[in-house]
Amino acid sequence: MALSNEIIKQKLSEKFGEDLTGWEEPYGMLTFSSNKDLNLKVLQFLYDDPELQFRFLTDICAVHYPEKKGEELAVVYHLHNLIDNIRIRFKIYTDINIPDVFSASALYSAANWMERETYDFYGVNFVGHPNLKRILNVDDMEYFPMRKEFPLEDQTRIDKDDEMFGRS
Amino acid sequence: MPRPVQYNITEKPIETPIGMVEGPEGFTGEGFFASKLSDVVGLARKNSIWPLPFATSCCGIEFMALMGSHYDLARFGSERVSFSPRQCDLLMVMGTIAKKMAPIVKQVYLQMAEPRWVLAMGACASSGGIFDTYSVLQGIDQIIPVDVYVPGCPPRPEAVLDGFMKVQDLVGKESLRRRNSDRYRELMESYGIQ
Repeated sequence: MALSNEIIKQKLSEKFGEDLTGWEEPYGMLTFSSNKDLNLKVLQFLYDDPELQFRFLTDICAVHYPEKKGEELAVVYHLHNLIDNIRIRFKIYTDINIPDVFSASALYSAANWMERETYDFYGVNFVGHPNLKRILNVDDMEYFPMRKEFPLEDQTRIDKDDEMFGRS
Repeated sequence: MPRPVQYNITEKPIETPIGMVEGPEGFTGEGFFASKLSDVVGLARKNSIWPLPFATSCCGIEFMALMGSHYDLARFGSERVSFSPRQCDLLMVMGTIAKKMAPIVKQVYLQMAEPRWVLAMGACASSGGIFDTYSVLQGIDQIIPVDVYVPGCPPRPEAVLDGFMKVQDLVGKESLRRRNSDRYRELMESYGIQ
């Protein structure tokens, strides 16, 4: 029998019970979240289970929600089962003041660069990553540009008159 | 109905078969010609500028049109486009320069031998253009001195030709002592060069 969202949800609930929350299926894609300390256990289970076999890490990204106190940063894992062609989305939330998350780079080699990118733009500190440094931005950048407290525009520019852009 | 042909319908006699550059002003007599050395050097330099194209985006595509037969930069003595900075006179920066690429642009500039000139083509190279964002350099004049800016997004090849002719003007009229002057040294020091 082909793998379906119901079976995945059932297997995960059997294993982790009430630890997994926020179940939803936007556009048919199973999405759930957990405590950030559980992320490696959940990923390992999804990888190892002979039926689930989520062995392909499509993407890791982060989202900044400034209004959610205590869980400002979300780290999102996109996983793909290549045999049954099913994708799922797994989220964890962390406090922006303690952005420590366990690194998945030992489990998925692809996570190495993805976590570096996530660190580069959001400052998520992946504990256990072998080489956590900036990957896309200049090395001497002093902030994490995708966090919402930082303006998009380059702050070194002095020739721009705000009135001309209707934002004074 | 076919579009009426507007150009090249009457044959024009060629006035001069080969484009010739005017010689410098000077004193001529039987068997000799006396002029200023700087004029002769300027004349030689400005009609054999070797450009180094540093093309990173759409402006580079316009530059390819500029090098092609229709616009033909070779008419200005610049058919020799070189990718070796040590042999080039003119650095043509065309396109968005990300902050991460800035040290490479500067390194290429440093590898060029004096005298060297820089042309910034397009809005991005001149000012950052529409990319007013944390990752893009807001104009290459933040890292290297620029001689001529060509506006446009991207500029048409004619605009680049015009900019190139402005460079030729600068090259032809430049004093031979300029590169040894204090003012030039100050300019270089303001960019942290030497």
